[in-house]
This record gives sequence, structure tokens and C-alpha cells, in this order.
Amino acid sequence: MNDKYTPNIIGFLCNWCSYTGADLAGTSRMKIPPSLKTIRVMCSGRIDPLFVLKAFIKGADGVMMMGCHPGDCHYQKGNYNTRRRFVMLNSIFDILGLEKKRIGLWWVSASEATRFAQVTNEYNKEMEKLGPNPTAKEIFL
Amino acid sequence: MAKAIKISKNVQEGLFDFLKSLLEKEKISGVFTLKKMDDNGAVSYSLITSPDEFKNAVPLYPFMPVNAGKALSSFTLLGKTEEPIVAVLRPCELRAFVELVKRAQGDIENFLIISPTCGGVLSLNLMGDKNQDKMVSQYWISVKNAEISPDTRETCQFCENFLPLNADITVGTLGNKNLDKEFTLFLNSPKGEEFAKEASGSSVSEEIETKEINELKKKREELREKYFKETGKEGEGLKSLINTFASCLGCHGCSHVCPICYCTLCEFDSKTHEYQAASLSSDLKKKGGLKVPTGNLLFHIGRMTHMAVSCVSCGMCSDVCPVNIPVATVFSKVGSSLQEEFKYFPGKDIEEPAPQGTYKEDEFMKIGEQ
Repeated sequence: MNDKYTPNIIGFLCNWCSYTGADLAGTSRMKIPPSLKTIRVMCSGRIDPLFVLKAFIKGADGVMMMGCHPGDCHYQKGNYNTRRRFVMLNSIFDILGLEKKRIGLWWVSASEATRFAQVTNEYNKEMEKLGPNPTAKEIFL
Repeated sequence: MAKAIKISKNVQEGLFDFLKSLLEKEKISGVFTLKKMDDNGAVSYSLITSPDEFKNAVPLYPFMPVNAGKALSSFTLLGKTEEPIVAVLRPCELRAFVELVKRAQGDIENFLIISPTCGGVLSLNLMGDKNQDKMVSQYWISVKNAEISPDTRETCQFCENFLPLNADITVGTLGNKNLDKEFTLFLNSPKGEEFAKEASGSSVSEEIETKEINELKKKREELREKYFKETGKEGEGLKSLINTFASCLGCHGCSHVCPICYCTLCEFDSKTHEYQAASLSSDLKKKGGLKVPTGNLLFHIGRMTHMAVSCVSCGMCSDVCPVNIPVATVFSKVGSSLQEEFKYFPGKDIEEPAPQGTYKEDEFMKIGEQ
């Protein structure tokens, strides 16, 4: 049994860009961290900040938001909203002193399989270093 | 230098007489202001349309039983009032009303807004206190001397935005040592000038931002830093947050009185956040214990994601909290940080859309490309 700590990472991927990019990475047999649990949304603009917040509070070690590059959103403007929402979440985590490294936003397009693999592997390494999310142990939360 | 009228009366009497004469001369159809409800000191915001009913009106009485911006929004939700109404609001209440109007939750058109340079309001738990009259007198002394009154709300004590924005008439109170004998009405708009013709006073030209006001601002800024540092101590993050909100009952009183929380059905009151039996048993297996009601931190941080960027720091939330959690201080702190990030000041510019409803294509360009 491998006793090494594997972080539990939740990824919200937009259907048209990042999920397709992830798919391409998979079919191209690229190495992706098995700790990543992907959730497909039609657009990154669908990602309610509360999804990210709830995942974090329930004990996810890392939460990734991924979408199309600004200007390339399949629905034209969705990812502009995602960007503002992430900036807001980041700011809230920062001022409250919560570990803001545990949430992140990456733009990954459908053809960027290498980028997807690189980004997820790097993030996984960072989460391994950070260790388990303390919220998982907090009972009276 | 601003256009103003100096009235040679005690500020409370003078304002009362001015408003009553506007009602009697039918220049306006109603006055929205505080009214004494009984002999025990209870005051409530009221809309008074008859001069006879005006007798117990106490404009500028230092209590905020509800955020007036929220109240005005409830009158104008379906459109502007049919006839002109005078409303006496504190600067934060006015900002809250502007924020609500931006979100199509009210109409500011038929109001004549009068707002004081604000010394704050007393904590609501002092309403009905046997020493209420004495505290109110001491409050007015602090206002005259432009000092911070320790009986006022925490948010009032560290408020730096106590000069009204977008008011038609500003009542100068802070720092005026002769407030018992005279006060100044600053006329900020053509509407203000028009209605002020009914006030019996002399035209003057004066500065709103006096030396005393600037000194008070500095004192309040220092207090703000102190309160922000003590609440949710930096670096302690999660533990500190859990401690701050540990006694929360989940009554949602804070969101019910918040002017910016206008949702008819709050997400956190809806089925979305009801605890499912299946997750309950799964959580108990994993964790071995659970605070009930659940979703405490999710509610507060979630509410921050919804409204903190427009928080006007009125302090209603802390005042109504049954277990004395400094909600307003935490939310003000988060709010300030968000407002800086988005370069947005709630209630300042009625044409500027709230940050959540808009975006720019070329902002935050570095985000996401790492």
C-alpha cells in the first residue's frame, strides 16, 4: 500500500475548452494526477463561487476552476464573469487568512493538452506540499 | 465653499420646524423620519403625511431601528413615489439606498434627501434603557466636539465615510460647538436649494469639511485599523474565523436586516442549503461530530461572496446579533478589501453598476494564465 499522502483535488472544467483539453490529454496518454476529480460544467461562468467555497469547507485539499481563455468563451462572455468571481473569492480568502493557494483559476483551451497536464501536475505537487486541508478535521465549522 | 443656510435655532428644533413647515405648506406630501413611539424611548422610522401627526418626530435622534435605505426601497420597489417625500437619512443609509436603486430595488426620484454629517447611532440595546435620555445628551456633546462616542455602534466608531454623498441637503452637526443655538444646511443640489427657500435662515457660504471633521476622520481611521486587526487576527485564518462565528445560532437575523441582502428568498434559507439525511450520516461517519445548525461558516462566507462588495458598514447586523458576534466588523473588513480590489465605492455613483453584474474585457489579465 502506498502510504504517501494524496491530496483530494476537485476540478470544475468547462465543457468546451478545459474538459476537451483534459480529454485530449487523456487520449494522448499524458500523465495526469489521479487525485484530480473533474466536474464538467457547460461554461466556467456556471461555477458559482459557492461551489468552490463548499468544496473547500467540506475538506477538498485543492479546488481548480478551468475555462476557455478570455475572448474565446464558447458562450462569448461567460468566462469574464468567472474571472471576476475568482478575483472576489481570492480576495476574501486573502483577507480572512484562509489558505488561498487551495483555490485557483486556469485558462486551458481544447487543444492545450500539454498545458492541462502541466498545470494539474504542478498543482498536485503544490497540494502535496501544503498537506491536508484543516477544514476536513474541523467538526464545529 | 458651499452654498448654505444658517438657521439660528437648536439643530433638532430647527430641523423639526423646517420639516413641519414643508408639510404644512404642502411643498411635500410626506416626511420619512424617526418618530418617538412611546414614553419608554422607543423610536421608529415613520412616514408622516399630516402636520398633526408630526408632533413626536425626532429627526436625527441617534438610533437606527432599521436601515432606512431598506425601508425606502420597500416603498419604491414598484416605481417612484407619486408625490415628493422628504427623507432624513444617515450617510450609510443613503448609500445603501443608492446600492438598492442600482439593483432595481427602488427609485430615488421623488425624494428630497436630507442627511447629517454623522456622529453615528447608539447601539440598539440601549433603546428603552433607563439612562437613554442621558446617553442621548452625551451623544450630542460628542457630536458638538467631533469626538467618538463610546456608546455608538462599532461600525460608527470607525466610520470614515460620515459625510453624506448624493444628499440634496446636508445638515452640518459634527464639530459645531454652537449646535444648541445654530446650525447650517448645506444645499447640494437645485432641488435642495428650491426646498430650502422655506427655511428661515440667512444665506452663507461655508466649508463642509472643517478642521474638526478632518481630525475626527483621522481618529476614526486609527480606530478602524485597531478593530480590523483585532477581529479575525491576521494569519490565524480558519481557527480565528471558527472562533469568531462559534456562537452563531443560524438565525439569519444579520442577513434579514442587511440593506444589501434584498433577496425575497435567500439562498441560505432555501432548500439548497437544507441538510440532507444522507449527507448527515456520511459526515458523521467521516468526522464524528457536527455543529447544529450546520453550514455556519458556509453561510457567512457565502453571504460575503454575495454582498460584501456593496457593504456600506451600517452595523445593523452586529446590532441585531443575539450572541454579540462582530459581524459588521468582519464584513466591513472583507468589504473594504473587495472594494479596493474592484476600485468600487458602494453608494457613491448611482450610474456605476455593482461589480458582480459587470466586467471589463481587459482587466485582471494575469489571472488564469499562470
